Amino acid sequence: MRIPAVLHVLSLVLALFAASMVVPLGVALAYGDGGQSAYASSMGTALLASAALWAATRRAGRELQVRDGFLLVALVWTVLPAFATLPLLLQLPELSFTDAYFEAVSGLTASGATVLSGLDHLPPSLNIWRGFMIWLGGMGVIVLAVAILPLLGVGGSQLFKAETPTPMKDTKLTPRIAETAKGLWLVYFGLTLACALAYRWAGMNWLDAAMHAFTTLGLGGFSTHDASYAYWDSPHIEAVAMVFMTLAAINFATHFLAWHRRSPRPYRVDPEVRAFLAVLGASVLGIAGYLWWAGVYPDYGTALRYAAFNVVSVATTTGYANTDYNLWPIFAPLWMLFLCSFASCSGSTGSGMKMIRALILFKQIFRELLRIIHPRVYNPVKLADQPIENNVVFAVLAYVFVYVSCIILCTLLLTVSGADVITAFSAAVASMNNTGPGLAQVGPASTYAVLNDFQVWVCSFAMLLGRLELFTLLVVLTPAFWRK
Amino acid sequence: MKIVILGAGQVGSSVAESLVSEQNDITVVDVEPGRLRALQDRLDLRTVIGSASHPSVLIEAGIEDADLLIAVTQSDETNLVACKLAARMFNVPRRIARIRANAFLDNKMVLGADGFEVDLSICPEQVLTDYIVKLVEFPEALQVLDFAGGKVSLVAVRAYQGGPMVGRPVKEIRAHMPSVDTRIVAIFRRDGVVLPGGDTLIEDGDEVFCLAAADDIRQVMKELRRMDQPVKRVMIAGGGNIGQRLALALEAEYSVRVIEHSKRRCEVLAARLDRALVLNGDATDEELLEQENIADMDLFVAVTNDDENNIMSSLLARRMGARRVVALINRRSYVDLLQSGQIDIAISPAQATIGKLLAHVRRGDVVAVHSLRRGAAEALEAVVHGDRDSCRLTGRRVDEIELPAGATIGALVRGDKVLMAHHDTRIEAEDHVIVFVTDKKTLPRVEKLFQVGARFL
Repeated sequence: MRIPAVLHVLSLVLALFAASMVVPLGVALAYGDGGQSAYASSMGTALLASAALWAATRRAGRELQVRDGFLLVALVWTVLPAFATLPLLLQLPELSFTDAYFEAVSGLTASGATVLSGLDHLPPSLNIWRGFMIWLGGMGVIVLAVAILPLLGVGGSQLFKAETPTPMKDTKLTPRIAETAKGLWLVYFGLTLACALAYRWAGMNWLDAAMHAFTTLGLGGFSTHDASYAYWDSPHIEAVAMVFMTLAAINFATHFLAWHRRSPRPYRVDPEVRAFLAVLGASVLGIAGYLWWAGVYPDYGTALRYAAFNVVSVATTTGYANTDYNLWPIFAPLWMLFLCSFASCSGSTGSGMKMIRALILFKQIFRELLRIIHPRVYNPVKLADQPIENNVVFAVLAYVFVYVSCIILCTLLLTVSGADVITAFSAAVASMNNTGPGLAQVGPASTYAVLNDFQVWVCSFAMLLGRLELFTLLVVLTPAFWRK
Repeated sequence: MKIVILGAGQVGSSVAESLVSEQNDITVVDVEPGRLRALQDRLDLRTVIGSASHPSVLIEAGIEDADLLIAVTQSDETNLVACKLAARMFNVPRRIARIRANAFLDNKMVLGADGFEVDLSICPEQVLTDYIVKLVEFPEALQVLDFAGGKVSLVAVRAYQGGPMVGRPVKEIRAHMPSVDTRIVAIFRRDGVVLPGGDTLIEDGDEVFCLAAADDIRQVMKELRRMDQPVKRVMIAGGGNIGQRLALALEAEYSVRVIEHSKRRCEVLAARLDRALVLNGDATDEELLEQENIADMDLFVAVTNDDENNIMSSLLARRMGARRVVALINRRSYVDLLQSGQIDIAISPAQATIGKLLAHVRRGDVVAVHSLRRGAAEALEAVVHGDRDSCRLTGRRVDEIELPAGATIGALVRGDKVLMAHHDTRIEAEDHVIVFVTDKKTLPRVEKLFQVGARFL
């Protein structure tokens, strides 16, 4: 373990993060909303801290090992939110650090859960900052750093693995990791631009379009309005959002391949994409039918519109709403929460346990059943005609076990501190999956501000756990990790 | 003809064996002295020890004035290189190579004039696979062979009591099936051959060879025996090269189980196969067979590379209730031993596979040669060239042609049309003629009929 080396790289990432505050600063200047000094001083503080850290560790080597990578990722995701709170704290004096940190974590993990209300009256630059955090977090601050900081070149490959620990998938699309990261980032950037233009075309103003493009592609779910998408009540805007949410929940490597080869074939071959679209499509139609049958909406068309938007939004772990789905019969929102825990593809900006793990798990079940009938059968789990090694299957099983355990533990912690069962459970699920809104007290129509400080910290931690796919963060917490 | 054969494995040896009997100068090259010695002891040929792709070894084998190179070593790459060298350095006019990997066959460049210059590529495993797939499609047949690109089929069926034609004279077959044109070309009865005339009675237990258009085979078989249930479940013992190809070919339409004893091979199989069930175990393991419901299997195919294993597992499968068992058996003595036993069909890989290769060695424009009855008989497809003066077939009626004893003209393919040969059928130039030969010794004379005389050239 080379802690100085890790801190040295952290200082560079922090500097980059500080630089990104130029965006809200620019917006503040353009709109004259009075936030300039807040961003300038936040940026200065962050840069100062970064410089101090850099100076203190400048003698450390830059080569990172796999272990160092895990530590760096954990540090980046806990330290950056702390600095991200500065603009919030400076502009909203009544906000506590706990809530500000929650808001920042929610942003950088692309969750979209908020403790703020009265969003419509926030300074535009602050809303942009919230959206921009999601956008940065969505693709992973590290991937961004790898693409821009060739300094990380040596340890880049390990970092990349630490950041997106999916079971299989050769994410190396190009021979060099930095090139790959750049390619993915370019796709991300291109889609964001397309999304912003589409929103503008569909009727948003430029500010809203930019902010929502950030949060759509990052699959965050922050909005500039308390009412979220119900503010516009526009099927066009909802359609745009649905299309880009779906795209963002597909592996960016698949997008990159399809774009690189100018053919839709990568989508067809990717087993995750097929399963994701199938599950999503079936759920939308099913929930619409259910809502219609339950009498929530008078006709199937209306039911379909609301079901489609909210199901896609929650399943892709975004967390927008165009109606208070908390009021729907409980089956529908529960099913949506269930979806968000596995629907999005690996390598996307979505969270949860990812479709690829769900597929492996599902196939493992059938494999075990077949083994009971044919004890001598040799049937590896296969994805896209590729057999998957047993240790990967075991890793997935362990992952799912830890994942479920974490949700249960979070639920228990939230209930023991006073939340009701539905609130606790849905908050745990929504946080772990970086979805944002839950049900009951933390439903789409309300905010996480109802939780007490302890509960807010639990949710913040759950969001970090979920975003870093459990093991990346948990491994840093094990004693063995620190043993020399 | 001077022939150089590279590789003295199973294919190389059997090719050498069947060509030696046709008076050719044969040199066999192999790296294993043991194999060569065994071959030289048995047959009249020359052997050279060395790597088949080295020019010095090839020169020693006399490649410089060879007419034909047959590269059948274990390694595709060696065979390819040898063909290229033979073409470029030594001007060998014809080059045949055994190529197993589909990767080489998929791209035409590889074998073409710009590539390794292979005239004909053969894959014995594929030929055997096709053979067995036919048996799955036609469970009543002993063997099904295609001629003229699949237009005409020759089918061997054992006649059983219950078929409408059994116990009836051959000439009645027309009356039984007015719409189907078929011809019974030979009947094997108790190890002897009967050349069927119009009055020959078909007896219970006869092995009947019929020619018919490919679409009519099923109907013809219906006349000779009661039809079985179509095959649904197939068990394959041995997941080697053949087992894998077979499983791949069958898994889409049939329920397939493959038994393979090597765990590592199982991994490969499971990766390649989609629906077939891969079982890790021994095909002679009674418990495993029981577990996998051997009694419900419609077909059990033993295709390991071990004769004894194939025989034992098929016998076991048979006893435990498999409806039909097929075994791959290399040794001829074993085949004879099992002829009328419990194994329904014993396939000799060498005989089944070298037909395609032999076609290239024959005189005349021979398109296909198939060995039947383990080499006792042959069916041959050849193209007629020339006119009435230069060729002894063109323009003549079937009954005007002087065929050697035991040879029958079975059918003609003219353009897209299939004609069964009757005594008054007239042969034209460019017809594909299918001849059935029950005595291999007369083959050279049959081939000679297809050669065009000097005047024509």
